[in-house]
Amino acid sequence: MGRPMLEVKGLSTKYVTRFKENVYAVDNVSLTLDEGESLGIAGESGCGKSTLALSLMGYYFAPLHYVKGEIIVDGKNLSGINPDEIRKSILGTEIAYIPQSAMNALNPTQKVLHFIEDVIHAHDPSMSKKEICGLAEERFETLGLSPDVLNKHSVELSGGMKQRTVIAISTILSPKVLIADEPSSALDVTSQKMVIKMLRNLMEKGFIKSMIFITHELPLLYNVTDRIMVMYAGRIVENGTAKEMVFDPIHPYSKGLMNSIIVPESGIRSNKLTAIPGTPPNLKNPPSGCRFADRCQFASEECRISDPKIQILNSKREYRCRFSETELRELYFHG
Amino acid sequence: MDKTEKQYANNRSSFDGKDLCLSGKGITKIFGVGNKKCVAVDNVDFEFHEGEFVSIVGESGSGKTTLSKILLGLINTTEGEIRFHGKPRDISTAKKKKEYWKSTQAIFQDPFSSFNMFNKIDTILLDCLNMRGMHCSDKAEKTRLMIEACNFVNLKFEELTNKYPFELSGGQMQRLMIARIFLLKPKILIADEPTSMIDACSRATILDMLLKLREEIGMTVIFITHDIGLAYYISDSVFIMERGKIVESGYADDVILHPKAAYTKRLIDDVPKIHEVWDLSTV
Repeated sequence: MGRPMLEVKGLSTKYVTRFKENVYAVDNVSLTLDEGESLGIAGESGCGKSTLALSLMGYYFAPLHYVKGEIIVDGKNLSGINPDEIRKSILGTEIAYIPQSAMNALNPTQKVLHFIEDVIHAHDPSMSKKEICGLAEERFETLGLSPDVLNKHSVELSGGMKQRTVIAISTILSPKVLIADEPSSALDVTSQKMVIKMLRNLMEKGFIKSMIFITHELPLLYNVTDRIMVMYAGRIVENGTAKEMVFDPIHPYSKGLMNSIIVPESGIRSNKLTAIPGTPPNLKNPPSGCRFADRCQFASEECRISDPKIQILNSKREYRCRFSETELRELYFHG
Repeated sequence: MDKTEKQYANNRSSFDGKDLCLSGKGITKIFGVGNKKCVAVDNVDFEFHEGEFVSIVGESGSGKTTLSKILLGLINTTEGEIRFHGKPRDISTAKKKKEYWKSTQAIFQDPFSSFNMFNKIDTILLDCLNMRGMHCSDKAEKTRLMIEACNFVNLKFEELTNKYPFELSGGQMQRLMIARIFLLKPKILIADEPTSMIDACSRATILDMLLKLREEIGMTVIFITHDIGLAYYISDSVFIMERGKIVESGYADDVILHPKAAYTKRLIDDVPKIHEVWDLSTV
């Protein structure tokens, strides 16, 4: 792996509700993403995955507010830069974002080429229409999309095609970091595979330097990313390589998540799916101890009182729990 | 088609002793006319037995949802006959339709639009009891049943009273939908992608509840999904649909582990796996 493309140090962001209550959706998150690396973020609904993605861009608008921490993209610190400046000089060139509803992102009255012109002109007004058209055609062809798509309206495209077009548009300026927030969850399996192939293609051809992929589909993360980070209630609870995380999770929450994997392979029918009981805590008043304690079968009174520290096993593996690795493995063994 | 039918007959022998709950022959649905004609469901035959968990799997646009709407009686067929408990299904009048819906219920994909948002949750559950003909039962008995239904889906009735459906999360709404089914005790449940809009963790809970509910009521579950892994995990038999036609059907183990149709093979190949290599070169 190369130099760090994205470094996040102790990032906290909050939502302020209309009753002026603070909801700390991302709490003290630190991560590093190297050049050529893809990082997966997993977790259940409401655990802060999408808020983290929005926060990483440094582009805050109400009700999301910045609290503390640093975001460094390829040596450039984004904290403290005003949103207008972020929009002009960071989004699209340094960080690109594909939102969950990317399929509905295209204005139905405009042709696809118009969106590409829009993106390029926002950063480089001197580029002529002809040059833009040439660049777009070349990029679409390299990514396996037909250049005819450029002259079509979004309503003429299928769901999978729309999604791939949105990805091609958002990466037209070859950003250093691509944040893909559930880019394939609304698609069927074949279209999903095409989207994944395209993202891999972007990485291999060097159009994007690194990628953050957010989804709750763990088999997909395992196949797409090098590392997986598990989030729970606004915090990172475990971080490791994709293989370690799927086959050997340490944190009880990651273990629970990995037990919900369903794949069409022999033996899956005899495995009992085990759901994690309960729901995530309300982040308006998060518990003072471990946030997972109420749903953890191994939690003791101490877990509810003291906030667990991050335990570092090696440079790529860490988890947040009071118990040591050996203690947890023994607990799993004895059920 | 002959081969598929033969295979289907062989594989489903263990359900042969059970009564047929719903069956259809030559079901066709055509939308539009002339150049804009679209055959959504094309000459489909099926037999669903009592207590069977059946999955209908296919890509977007394969006709799964149209078939589920036909089964539910929301749209009419262009051709073909549906038999319900051995007799031709008659839903020609509103009254007969209502009678049919007492024994055939559905859970839809989008929990956010499944409820009447002007009704409170207790009213929604109370309506189910009234539909079962319990208008005259005393209030305590009705409340007991509603509490029992909420406990079944791990919701607390006390916390739900006086709330509206939109105040719940997606997973909770889908569980409330299952509580409705628990109260209605239908013969057939049509679940149209009930887990596609909720996360993997809540999905396990919903699937568990559906299986438990099937045991409890002994109903037939027709599960519509595009996730072949999910269909394999949960169902007794699987129907694979491609462009309105059923291309393969049979026991889940046979269809998924030894697929015969090229389309089934492709669907299985396209799903990301964890023990096998996911080949991206096929698309």
